[in-house]
Amino acid sequence: MQPSPVKYTRLDLTVGTFVLAGLLALAYLALKIGGGAFVGGDTTTVRARFNNLGGLAPGASVLISGVAVGKVEKVELDDRFAAIATLRIRKDLRLPADSLAAIRSSGLIGDKHIALTPGADDALLTPGSLIIDTESAVDLESLISRFAFGSVDKKDAAKPVPKPE
Amino acid sequence: MSTPAPASAAVSAPPLLAIRSLQKRFGERVVLADVTLTVPRGRVLAVVGKSGTGKSVLLKCLAGVLAPDAGEVCFEGRPLSSHDPVALADFRRRCSYLFQGNALLDSLTAWENVALPLEQATLLPKPEIRARVAEALRRLELEGDALRYPSQLSGGMQKRLALARALVTRPELVLFDEPTAGLDPLRRNAVFTLIAHAQREFGFTAVVVTHDLPEALAACDEVAFLDDGRVRFSGPPSAFIHSTDEAVAAFRDSTSALAQSVAALRAGGPLPADTLG
Amino acid sequence: MLSTLGQSTLRIVAESGDLARFTARGFTSAIGSRRLGRRLVRAVYEQGVRCLPVILIVGLFTGLVLGLQGYHTLTGFGSAALLGPLVANSLVRELAPVLAALMLVGQAGSALTAELGIQRNSEQIDALETMGIDPYGFLIAPRLIAALLVYPIMTGFFSLIGLVGGWLSGSVLLPLPGSVYWASVDQAIDLGDIGQSVVKSLVFGALTMALCCYNGFNAHRRSGATGARAVSASTTRAVVFSSIGVLAADYLVTSLLV
Repeated sequence: MQPSPVKYTRLDLTVGTFVLAGLLALAYLALKIGGGAFVGGDTTTVRARFNNLGGLAPGASVLISGVAVGKVEKVELDDRFAAIATLRIRKDLRLPADSLAAIRSSGLIGDKHIALTPGADDALLTPGSLIIDTESAVDLESLISRFAFGSVDKKDAAKPVPKPE
Repeated sequence: MSTPAPASAAVSAPPLLAIRSLQKRFGERVVLADVTLTVPRGRVLAVVGKSGTGKSVLLKCLAGVLAPDAGEVCFEGRPLSSHDPVALADFRRRCSYLFQGNALLDSLTAWENVALPLEQATLLPKPEIRARVAEALRRLELEGDALRYPSQLSGGMQKRLALARALVTRPELVLFDEPTAGLDPLRRNAVFTLIAHAQREFGFTAVVVTHDLPEALAACDEVAFLDDGRVRFSGPPSAFIHSTDEAVAAFRDSTSALAQSVAALRAGGPLPADTLG
Repeated sequence: MLSTLGQSTLRIVAESGDLARFTARGFTSAIGSRRLGRRLVRAVYEQGVRCLPVILIVGLFTGLVLGLQGYHTLTGFGSAALLGPLVANSLVRELAPVLAALMLVGQAGSALTAELGIQRNSEQIDALETMGIDPYGFLIAPRLIAALLVYPIMTGFFSLIGLVGGWLSGSVLLPLPGSVYWASVDQAIDLGDIGQSVVKSLVFGALTMALCCYNGFNAHRRSGATGARAVSASTTRAVVFSSIGVLAADYLVTSLLV
């Protein structure tokens, strides 16, 4: 009886488990977390016209009542220089045609996202249709100055600052 | 008993190993000044000399582990150099090297160590490899230790394992670097007996670097005495014993000189001045 | 003074070239090396499985600290909801590849350098050569290839456990709702971030394992030290140079990818 020189079976198993688990972890990261919540799920697109996107970029999320339902796919200008955002959202949503799209930010310096508020119309949004009822991005600068100086006139606001002379 | 090869054969075929004016220095220190030596096929050559005279360096140059600064080593008339990988690979396949420290791979078992040169450097089929490894281990009485690691073996067993690994490839040339270093006299004899036996059986050519003069003279066919980086003597053991060369005589008689000085000490007399010289 | 500066510059340039050649030879010698798979499995075990507990522990604590610090910083701006993106981005893009590489250098790399150094010392590498076995293919190639597999995997584990750590401190110990945390993590990271993470870990893996192999394999060439001292000196060098290398390469790769 010759002693068998191969004795790595348990090692092979351990290493195999490690490698497979590792590849799964990477795949999970890449697909689940990296690729958004619904890779493979059915999606559709709607468009929304805004006067001011306020820096909203492709990849920003689309929320309904705070729940992520999609992402901004692309951003472009129409012939009258209004901004058109294309939203890729879940297909099973059945949004009414008079739904409202608003650009919001989470927190003061948070990411911009689009909040959809479903309307009451019986007709539904069809794929590719345009949402006209929109609320543009809040101008952060004016928001801050209103917050900081209340409704004080600009001239008065400048007064308390002493001139460096 | 071995008879010298007929002169005509020696002329027609190049010697297995020929060393021509080999030189090697480490920084300022010249280790091999000018070594010229031939090793005829089928003989066991003992390279003897004091410690630090470059015996091991010579062997490493032979094996291609160290690159000589000048001179060349010819295997069957073909010079070995890193510029000729084909010749070098051919040489490596047919030559084994037994390291002083055994150089067994400590992450592999005894079995894997012996199988290593066959698995990695030959195209033998697996059953053949298994048979050869089992055979080598059996011959060196290591069958029971096949699955143990080198660190779990005693010094003598490690030496035998290294020998098994050196012989499993059925080499034509085996280079032994101090195979008896650190062994007790009994094991020293055993190792030389082992080499002599294996040599008879496999008919390889051997170069044995050693300190152990009596054993080497008894077991080897040729003796080369290295002194100050040069070959001071080369020839059969009988000629070595009767050589009148000063350095050879001093080296040869060092054992008896020890006995003399110890006897002098015991007698309470002064130490003979020349014994320390 | 000036000549020493010039000499050390020359040495650095020469050693970099030597390292590059060593690495190239390490990878190319995989071709034609027999039974590479078995040694590869072993190398993956040594670099991967054995280092996994350390990676998980370090990753968890990194996430915990990120969550804690991030939460308290962000509540100052009223943006605690951004904790997820903060933790996820710092982990996936920077901390996971860098810290995983540093931990792997400390655990697997140092062991590897010491092992190769001892093998060099006890003439095992010379022995391979006399047996006609290419020591690069036998010792180096499996380690380098294993690094390319192990580093991205470890970085993935580190990121995931770090995200869990951030959730633990943000949502379990502190009052941020877990759903907000995970939803914002989902949105914060895209495929590009993961790609950057993987590219970094591949670069770090090749760089650090090559440095560790190089220093161990050439332990005998360190002047001024022999024997056990040479092994310890080369292990120190390997760890120091690998750590510096990881951080320098991190900056380089980041500036190329961003």
